[in-house]
Amino acid sequence: MSIGVFTKEVIYNLFHKPATEKYPFVTREYGERTRGHIENDMNACVLCGMCMMRCPSHAIKVDRNAYTWSINPFSCVQCSYCVEGCPKKCLSMKNTYTTPDTAKNTVTLKYSDERIRAEEEKKKEMIAKAMAAKKAAAEKAAAAAKTAAETPKAAAGTAGTTEKG
Amino acid sequence: MSKISVVPYGPQHPVLPEPVHLDLVLQDEKIVSAIPSIGFIHRGLEKLVEKRDYKEMVFVAERICGICSFGHGMGYCEAVENVMKVEVPDRAKYLRTIFQEMSRLHSHTLWLGLAADAFGYESLFMQTWRIREKILDMLEMATGGRVIFSIVDVGGLRKDVPDEMLAEFAKRLKDLREDYNRITAAFLEDDAVKSRLCGVGVLTIEQANDLGCCGPFLRASGVRRDSRMTDYEAYAKLDFEPVVSHDGDSYARCVVRIKEIYQSIDLIEQAIAQIPAGDVCTPVKGMPDGEYLARVEQPRGEALYYVKGNGTKNLERFRVRTPTFANIPGLVEVLKGQDFADVGTLILTIDPCISCTER
Repeated sequence: MSIGVFTKEVIYNLFHKPATEKYPFVTREYGERTRGHIENDMNACVLCGMCMMRCPSHAIKVDRNAYTWSINPFSCVQCSYCVEGCPKKCLSMKNTYTTPDTAKNTVTLKYSDERIRAEEEKKKEMIAKAMAAKKAAAEKAAAAAKTAAETPKAAAGTAGTTEKG
Repeated sequence: MSKISVVPYGPQHPVLPEPVHLDLVLQDEKIVSAIPSIGFIHRGLEKLVEKRDYKEMVFVAERICGICSFGHGMGYCEAVENVMKVEVPDRAKYLRTIFQEMSRLHSHTLWLGLAADAFGYESLFMQTWRIREKILDMLEMATGGRVIFSIVDVGGLRKDVPDEMLAEFAKRLKDLREDYNRITAAFLEDDAVKSRLCGVGVLTIEQANDLGCCGPFLRASGVRRDSRMTDYEAYAKLDFEPVVSHDGDSYARCVVRIKEIYQSIDLIEQAIAQIPAGDVCTPVKGMPDGEYLARVEQPRGEALYYVKGNGTKNLERFRVRTPTFANIPGLVEVLKGQDFADVGTLILTIDPCISCTER
């Protein structure tokens, strides 16, 4: 027979502080390793899209034409797989949880205007360079074709004869 | 003779943590037979292997269950590692063992709380879950997640756990042991608790064997069977002897789980004392080609992981047999001849995890 086994626990609880915390006045401190939410440093990001490819829940979208990186924090499963694969180390896992919202909104980050301008210029430069290279290559090819057409006329004639033969 | 009536029980019921449905055939207040049905929360996780590559699949495997998530991830990784012939570093093996035993610790503590809630002892339920919170804090400190750790990876672990943190764990475990001593006394000695558990739902050793039960449910009936005896991960180097009870009733299941809690603490302490230094992950090259069946002892019993690769980044087949699936026939047998009022407690004594079972 044993009655009142729990009394010990009751007495223990009377003389110990509660297990809960008074929330709005005392907030919980998260550990260093807590996986709360993903943040992206857009200054370092090169929009390579590695995170988009690795994301198991397809929460991340990278648009290189619009210069945006977006994440749906409500789809993200906080696995940290994108952070491990980020070549520029611009993605990081923060230890505070995602902020609540009234709808499952996507967070979109964009390059700064200056950077967009710089990128556009770089793009234009690259296009111009590519065009120039293409033009040069075309000119070279045309010149080569011209010389080829002028010199081996006799060879073509012999080729024709062999074909007939 | 009174007439027979059928009472539908679940899937939504205050005592059930997860949706299992039982059609109980009653005569007076006694159960004549029970017809189980599941299928309310099928998520199709196994099918996802066709869409996610084998490394992303670790995260999916972890999400099969919200309680024994680490074991699912580990079982999957073990199967893939065996297919790819990857040797896991020793330190990773020990850390995996530690995390697996901590999962068992919090799962069994959760079960004790749910059982207390099922037989109407709410204050005991709250005190038990207070202890569980301490274990979850430790896990969050080490892995970054409370129940989904996302630390296991094909080839080892994603993150190392520093030795100072392990020393801190050993210190906290000592305090936990005292907490458990106070709480488990209420389960083992209290007359009110005993009156709900002793002699209720007896499963004999023959029945347990024939019905293919597993885990604490099986061991409570006197069968000495535990997958940890197959020496996977670091269990071969630890002093381990399965906990067995011979009564086969609800009380025996409670006793087995409580003893396993202490055993888990023991195993973690042993592992922390022995853990070698070194790397925690072997780099993996190539794609899985071949098949393998891994066995892991989850808190609820033995789980099987079958993996078949075809040399591409996606696996061809991934199959999980969870312990609850094996225990449902045993549950149906146990329910026969019992009081209607005991159904809730009896369902809980197999520690059902229906989300795992349906995946």
